[in-house]
Amino acid sequence: MKPLLGYRKPAPGTQPNHLYPPYVSSIKRAPKHPLVSIPVTLSETTGPSFPTEVASPKAFDLTRQHKGEPLGERITVSGRVLDEDGRPIRNTLVEIWQANAAGRYLHKNDQHDAPLDPNFTGVGRTFTDEDGRYRFITVRPGAYPWKNHYNAWRPQHIHFSLFGPAFATRLVTQMYFPGDPLLEFDPIFHSVPEEAARRRLISSFDWLSTEPDLSLGFRFDIVLRGREATPLER
Amino acid sequence: MPGHSTPSQTVGPFFSIGLKHMNRADLAEGSTSERLTIRGSVLDGDGQPVPDAVLEIWQADADGRYHHPEHSAVPNDATPFFGFGRIPTDAHGRFSFTTVKPGPVYGPDGKPQAPHLQISVFMRGLLKQLVTRLYFPEEPLNAADPVFQVVPESRRKTLIARQASQKQNTLEWNVCLQGGDETVFFDC
Repeated sequence: MKPLLGYRKPAPGTQPNHLYPPYVSSIKRAPKHPLVSIPVTLSETTGPSFPTEVASPKAFDLTRQHKGEPLGERITVSGRVLDEDGRPIRNTLVEIWQANAAGRYLHKNDQHDAPLDPNFTGVGRTFTDEDGRYRFITVRPGAYPWKNHYNAWRPQHIHFSLFGPAFATRLVTQMYFPGDPLLEFDPIFHSVPEEAARRRLISSFDWLSTEPDLSLGFRFDIVLRGREATPLER
Repeated sequence: MPGHSTPSQTVGPFFSIGLKHMNRADLAEGSTSERLTIRGSVLDGDGQPVPDAVLEIWQADADGRYHHPEHSAVPNDATPFFGFGRIPTDAHGRFSFTTVKPGPVYGPDGKPQAPHLQISVFMRGLLKQLVTRLYFPEEPLNAADPVFQVVPESRRKTLIARQASQKQNTLEWNVCLQGGDETVFFDC
């Protein structure tokens, strides 16, 4: 039997801890005991793969899901999904969700006094291609207030959910926009200890995917955990 | 050039709009094995139910095969056991799903692992998912399971589901985020 290779542990400071008291909701929900380290088994190195029906060919375009076009600044968000060795993650499901241009989610619990947009659901899905590339067309989400502290506002963001090849590579994250003044004050963003790691959550403005007379382009590359090296490679 | 993985961020309070398309509480679909219902609650540090959590399940089939190229892909199987479930909690913090008991999968030393479900838990307030396992009651393989063995003995019970009283083929298991019954969560 071949020895089973696990997935690399994140470098210190590059991932949030569960408890980050400035993010108040973490206080009653983060476990108190330290996590228990376990040996690598097939249960972590395998994971689900999804049939292509899960994301219809149109599901990447959030601006064409209704009769009319949504209000707001039309943008494309594209990038590559790679592992920590720079290898593309092919044919993996990418799920996104976001607020509309006014900063309101189409969710019954969102009480922010901003208008819903009848032409915007704020949900997209796609699979990466053979080079690990993905692309979404959407509108730039608005910032919105939340109750974490006095005058708290979330920076503009898009939620991303990815699977990768294994249970161990599952990642849910948020993409932010360059130059957003709210980032400095956001405890969720700042839950990531290292500044260099936080910067990886900020997309970059991208001329290459900016389309004349149509939409601004933002690039957001996503890196999933890489495989541990074999003894030979080490 | 090796890079670092993208940091995790919370799913937030409104994830259901993006994730509900793949809610899947029947993992037994396509399997002829005996069906089990597994139900429970997600509870926070005050023992209060968490109405905005979602569980993701990953498991082997009844023969102990993960449907994954690294183990035992069955691409032409007419009714492949998909092995994946996504189950949100309800307004009372409860969840319920149906599945089959997975068979034992071999572990790092070639010996069988005890049957178990892999479970990721996501919710507002969690900056990254929590990972745990559900083991089955009265299962002789539990004692020798390589993961079970590294868990302090006093906490192992948090990983084992209980037979529901007066309800056949129904197991109960809670996710306790904190407190005396805090569920064991893994770094894996």
